[in-house]
Amino acid sequence: MNSFDSKAPAGDLAQKWSKHKAAIKVVSPANKRKLDIIVVGTGLGGASAAASLAELGYNVKVFCIQDSPRRAHSIAAQGGINAAKNYQNDNDSVYRLFYDTIKGGDYRAREANVYRLAEVSNLIIDQCVAQGVPFAREYGGLLDNRSFGGAQVSRTFYARGQTGQQLLLGAYAALNRNIGLGRVKSYPRHEMLDVVLIDGEARGIIARNLVTGEIERHGAHAVVIASGGYGNVFFLSTNAMNSNGSAAWQCYKKGAFFANPCYTQIHPTCIPKHGDQQSKLTLMSESLRNDGRIWVPKKLEDVKKLRAKQIKPSDIAEEDRDYYLERRYPAFGNLVPRDVASRAAKERCDAGFGVNETGLAVFLDFKSAIERLGKDVIKARYGNLFQMYEKITDTNPYEQPMQIFPAVHYTMGGIWVDYNLMTTIPGLYAIGEANFSDHGANRLGASALMQGLADGYFVLPYTIGDYLSRHIQDKKVDVSNPAFDEAEKAVIDKINKIFSIKGKQTVDDLHKKLGNIMWEYVGMARDEAGLKKAIEEIKELRAEFWKDVYVPGKEGDFNPEIEKAVRLADFLEIGELMARDALNRNESCGGHFRVEYQTEEGEAKRDDENYNYVAAWQYNGSDAEPTLHKEMLNFEYIKVAQRNYKD
Amino acid sequence: MKLTLKIWRQASPKAKGEFKTYQVDGISPDTSFLEMLDILNNDLIHKGEEPVAFDHDCREGICGMCSLYIDGHAHGPDTEITTCQLHMRKFKDGDTITIEPWRSRAFPVIKDLVVNRSAYDQILQAGGFISVNTGGVPDANAIPIPKKNADESMDAAACIGCGACVATCKNGSAMLFVAARVSSLALLPQGKVEGARRAKAMVSKMEELGFGGCTNTRACEAECPKGISVAHIARLNREFLSAKLKD
Ligand SMILES: Cc1cc2nc3c(=O)[nH]c(=O)nc-3n(C[C@H](O)[C@H](O)[C@H](O)COP(=O)(O)OP(=O)(O)OC[C@H]3O[C@@H](n4cnc5c(N)ncnc54)[C@H](O)[C@@H]3O)c2cc1C
Ligand code: SF4
Ligand code: FES
Repeated sequence: MNSFDSKAPAGDLAQKWSKHKAAIKVVSPANKRKLDIIVVGTGLGGASAAASLAELGYNVKVFCIQDSPRRAHSIAAQGGINAAKNYQNDNDSVYRLFYDTIKGGDYRAREANVYRLAEVSNLIIDQCVAQGVPFAREYGGLLDNRSFGGAQVSRTFYARGQTGQQLLLGAYAALNRNIGLGRVKSYPRHEMLDVVLIDGEARGIIARNLVTGEIERHGAHAVVIASGGYGNVFFLSTNAMNSNGSAAWQCYKKGAFFANPCYTQIHPTCIPKHGDQQSKLTLMSESLRNDGRIWVPKKLEDVKKLRAKQIKPSDIAEEDRDYYLERRYPAFGNLVPRDVASRAAKERCDAGFGVNETGLAVFLDFKSAIERLGKDVIKARYGNLFQMYEKITDTNPYEQPMQIFPAVHYTMGGIWVDYNLMTTIPGLYAIGEANFSDHGANRLGASALMQGLADGYFVLPYTIGDYLSRHIQDKKVDVSNPAFDEAEKAVIDKINKIFSIKGKQTVDDLHKKLGNIMWEYVGMARDEAGLKKAIEEIKELRAEFWKDVYVPGKEGDFNPEIEKAVRLADFLEIGELMARDALNRNESCGGHFRVEYQTEEGEAKRDDENYNYVAAWQYNGSDAEPTLHKEMLNFEYIKVAQRNYKD
Repeated sequence: MKLTLKIWRQASPKAKGEFKTYQVDGISPDTSFLEMLDILNNDLIHKGEEPVAFDHDCREGICGMCSLYIDGHAHGPDTEITTCQLHMRKFKDGDTITIEPWRSRAFPVIKDLVVNRSAYDQILQAGGFISVNTGGVPDANAIPIPKKNADESMDAAACIGCGACVATCKNGSAMLFVAARVSSLALLPQGKVEGARRAKAMVSKMEELGFGGCTNTRACEAECPKGISVAHIARLNREFLSAKLKD
């Protein structure tokens, strides 16, 4: 078996990263020129890694599904990016960011990784400013901050409601510069369909040219997976339509362990579903919770009247409103972490207080903020989000509160990686949302952007050298190696098989069915019976897919339906592993809530004695059960406690 | 809602395209335009026909992947939004809607409504960046930047690279797109350093790639989903002029 050692360095927490950097090997510039690296993905993780590795002198090939690297899903991030700069003098520090992240993640992340993340967070902001990212500023010309959930300090940097866009344009510009200089070769509209191992080490990928349908072979001395999260397994999510889990899943099927697949983040503030014709859900940034207050009516009769459109929300008197987050969590109020806010919304809706016709919505209200600060200030802060909301719902949020409801947003689980970000397959790395590393069972807002850029700019460029230094004598990878023949054949066979089924259901028909199973049984509230049912139903649905899917058109052509079909085939396997992992974890923690395990007040109840581990699953073949490996979490610096956002 | 759709179908870059007419029924006014196309495609597949190829990803108006010329307007009849943000309530029951791809020499059709916009990437590779490596940069607050400049820079940086400006321009000019990038960087002290060189490199790349010249019709500004102002073109021209003077 490959190495399953976290490689987290020993010694003082604050010294771990610098000591580790000093201990690992480096590759000389002359040797870097001889080494090739493949980066799959051009989001914040992939673009920053590809650019930084190229600057070091490696030959880089970078792949993405979209027609340009700039359109990776990271572009859609709205709210902001965290860093421990303490520019606000509010007593923030690397330690506090570290502590908040571990606690926010419900004590299910690796201390050493999280501390490093907090440590390099400050470098990210410096780097982005140097690249020309137009962060929001104060009148004095210095950078502005806002607050996000799970923190009592203001450490979130932002560029209006388009922070992800601006950070990605920064990384994409760095990438472009290196493409222009001939150090990176870019392959847009290319989808990796398999990773190729030679003698157990990652040595390349098989990719499909999405314009021509051609299957291509690409060799390299190391492969970096930066393919994002798999939230679209739920069909409806806030993820972009092309986001998928396939690249990560092929790594799993080739032997990389997959960690904590059940940890799914359900974001509390999304625009509620409007009907069955919907293809995607839209997020309303968490930053809105800085000034927006969440409530439902106190009286069921008001709910009835609202649903019947006899009254407007603004007609309900202050004393008849239940600001339930402020009521339940006085210390953090509307800024509790996402998992807590989502469950609280569900609790109110389950109790019958949902404010729209479907009963699945609560209010996010700016009335007090507008009264306090004026409409102009609110407009300057959230103008584009308000505009977006109005375009979608046809309601003016300056006059009536927004309606929101939780939706699938982010996957904390992913490919297991060690402290060097290497998977259990030597030479195969995973960064950004694709790995499992830093957020434990729940990610704090504005921390995904931080992690993607930390991995790509400041961690991987160092750690990958340690591995590559042992391969400086290796020749260029020969893509006529039988391992490539085999992988390519498997990919072609799979595609042909899907085309040949010619059944009756479209990919979307089947994907919606999967989404329903996932939301029902593997969503915000899970229990043993439901999870067992989910596993069975997913298996049946998978069989149905392989018998009854219909993909029009032919191979060797631009064909979005075959792309979607190949991804769905993997989602139908990922969903099962998620359910299996959720079933194994007999506790509630962060984004994983098992109804059987809750406190009297309905809070998540962890079981530290039995589940204080990362669940890393090993693939054993399509019909066999996967093997569970446990990476025990060792908390040396933080006292593990029940999360408390009340006082 | 019941609608008639006239959609451009083109099998491949070299194939001759044509309009085909389709009917959709039972569309809720709350669905988005692209969801309406999803519904059409699902019906087409069920009938054994090839679905209509179109580009899309984020469906939130930010990735710039979606395009579409709808009833003669880039991104459809509404203002300051992308096609994916357009909702069917903007149309009337019984309407006939014409849907075409971007039409511009520099953006050849790949299939149906999908075009190749890689020329945009090439322009940016020529100079749309600040030449700094990762690491070794000063503290983020070392250089104060007036809020006004940062805000204006952000206005320009809001460009999503969708191509609507090119598709709308009778000359097929990419001037608004180039200006947005040049201007966004030129407004910041970090970007000012190589401002002139950047402007020159990007403009000459644009010309080389077959985009037309700018004749100040301002059609681009009117159709830009992000409200990018033509004032940025003036700033680009200033940068460009200073590059010429230095030559
Ligand atoms: C609406 C929304 C708002 C968000 N807001 C915030 C926020 O304010 N702050 C924050 O910190 N986080 C936020 N997040 C989370 C954050 O945006 C993501 O977690 C993060 O951007 C992921 O970056 P990434 O680089 O890992 O992957 P992505 O940006 O998802 O990029 C994945 C890349 O991989 C490519 N790819 C995938 N599969 C393949 C394949 N098989 N072959 C080739 N290429 C492939 C894609 O083309 C793409 O280039 C938000 C997320 C959403 C959905
Ligand atoms: S300037 Fe406007 S229309 Fe042109 S590419 Fe940018 S966002 Fe699109
Ligand atoms: S799909 Fe992203 S902008 Fe329209």
